[in-house]
Amino acid sequence: MGVSILPVLEVKDVVAGYGEVEILHGVSIKVDEGEVVTIIGPNGAGKSTLMKAVFGLIPVKKGRITFKGRDVTGSPPEKMVRFGLSYVPQSENAFATLSIQENLEMGGFIRRDGLSERLNWAYELFPDIASRRHERAGRLSGGQRQMLALARALMLDPQVLLLDEPSASLSPKMVEAIFERVAQINRSGVAILMVEQNARHALQFSRRGYVLAMGVNRLEGAADELLESAEVGKLYLGAEP
Amino acid sequence: MTDAVSRPADLVGRAQDIRRRYGDTAVTAALWLLIVGLVLWSALNSDTRQLFVNGVVVGSVFALGAIGLTLIYGILKFGNFAHGDLMMLGAYFAFFALTGRVSERPRFDKELPWSLDSLPGAVDRLGDLTFGYGLIIAAVVAVAVMAALSIGLDRLIYRPLRRRGAGIVIFAIASLGVAIAARSLMLIIWGPEPRSYVTGIHKAQQYPFDIRLKTDQIFIFAVAVGLAVLVYLLLYRTKLGKAMRAMSDNPDLARVSGINTDQIIAWTWVIGGALVAVAGVLLAIQAQLNPQLGFVILLPLFASAILGGIGNPIGALTGALVVGIAQEVAVEYFAPGYKSGVAFVILIVILLLRPRGLLGARV
Repeated sequence: MGVSILPVLEVKDVVAGYGEVEILHGVSIKVDEGEVVTIIGPNGAGKSTLMKAVFGLIPVKKGRITFKGRDVTGSPPEKMVRFGLSYVPQSENAFATLSIQENLEMGGFIRRDGLSERLNWAYELFPDIASRRHERAGRLSGGQRQMLALARALMLDPQVLLLDEPSASLSPKMVEAIFERVAQINRSGVAILMVEQNARHALQFSRRGYVLAMGVNRLEGAADELLESAEVGKLYLGAEP
Repeated sequence: MTDAVSRPADLVGRAQDIRRRYGDTAVTAALWLLIVGLVLWSALNSDTRQLFVNGVVVGSVFALGAIGLTLIYGILKFGNFAHGDLMMLGAYFAFFALTGRVSERPRFDKELPWSLDSLPGAVDRLGDLTFGYGLIIAAVVAVAVMAALSIGLDRLIYRPLRRRGAGIVIFAIASLGVAIAARSLMLIIWGPEPRSYVTGIHKAQQYPFDIRLKTDQIFIFAVAVGLAVLVYLLLYRTKLGKAMRAMSDNPDLARVSGINTDQIIAWTWVIGGALVAVAGVLLAIQAQLNPQLGFVILLPLFASAILGGIGNPIGALTGALVVGIAQEVAVEYFAPGYKSGVAFVILIVILLLRPRGLLGARV
């Protein structure tokens, strides 16, 4: 794993929420170049809210978000993708009424050139959706839809990929396939910040992890330490499988 | 019996029963069969053949209006009640560009020293049409003005509402305000008397199967179908169009993909405004210039858009042709005053039996 002095993405003391309701009360997280970082925590901890705040989908009331040393706090999503971040929401992460190919074209909307090369690249990485490229995305199965969502987010060749529960409501076999693909994406040099319910599984291939609870940092550390920590195990990982 | 049917709650309940008992697919198939049957029957029946042809022409005017309506609904998610009145306003702008006339006092016009009809040969008839190239330039002027006006209205009214997170009802009522303002503007500037682009009689031509058709009507049909195809190509073949569909599908995901939704909204108003102007000019050629006509046409526009499946331009075209034909053919059996009643009945039946419309594929 590449280690640099500056983290590629840094979230510092971020306070955010919906309207008057404050969900995050000062969360700090950093992602180094090329690493996989997983955020775990109970329901309502603010994991998805953090993703939305980082990506500019909800306003950041306090705190700072920097990407490669540059302050990007409050930039709207359409700017974030231009900086080199990409985001896969948890649900409704594909345009159901558009074809698969059109979904990917939208993923590469701001590309000036190389769209067709990138499309071929995406189809190679995700052969399951390649054969159905002219079908409406709404007809895909849950797992294939998740593959499409990943492919869409990769169309701009991002440096950091934000994944919100990539394995939610998928069959165990499909979960395996998705994690495998995420690892493959990471090996190509993309740093990954991921929120997961499937905490044990996600931590197993992460370098570091954070535990959020009630909108604040609860714990952080190397992934294997978190996996072995008695507190984390009891609270968030459940019994050993 | 009458008592039971007159209560809306009962009607809704019955429609749900029908849908539950026979299934959505069966109801849809029955609706399609009924519609195709009625259209074919009216086309083949010698009593109604002429009305069928008139209906196709009227329907193509509705189509352009309904496509604009459905585009704006798809992107901005509200029913634009100003659409009919803005169509008529566009028609009046074309009239003004052509003739330079405004009403000075009742039944007396003031005429600007120069307007498009001062161009040499601008009002000479093009072939068998009633108008000359002046009206076509005037329509282009109206397109530009209405596109700009639509963006202006968005900046002034709809955008502040969006930023405030206003609900769909607020938008609909705001658009009703725009409708009333547009109608009043027409009354103030051009007065309440109906006008037309050209004077004189326009004779219909005789065609096979005993059909009489004015060349203007063929022009209307051709322009409407041509523009409908262009809108289709825009939506399905261009980057802008695909982004519009993406935004209509999922605005947040569109932003996450890097699509600037403010820009898409602006383009939607430009295209919507252009369609409004052309639809208005065609309506005025087909019928007349009349400040009241815009609001009258709003009901069939909504019926067309909803019949086809709101948000779907091909649906709007199909729906508009069906509504146009139904309205015209009904004249054979009912007094012409009940024409808008036909559109209303179609609207109610579709809302009860298949609310997402014939071609609405969204589940």
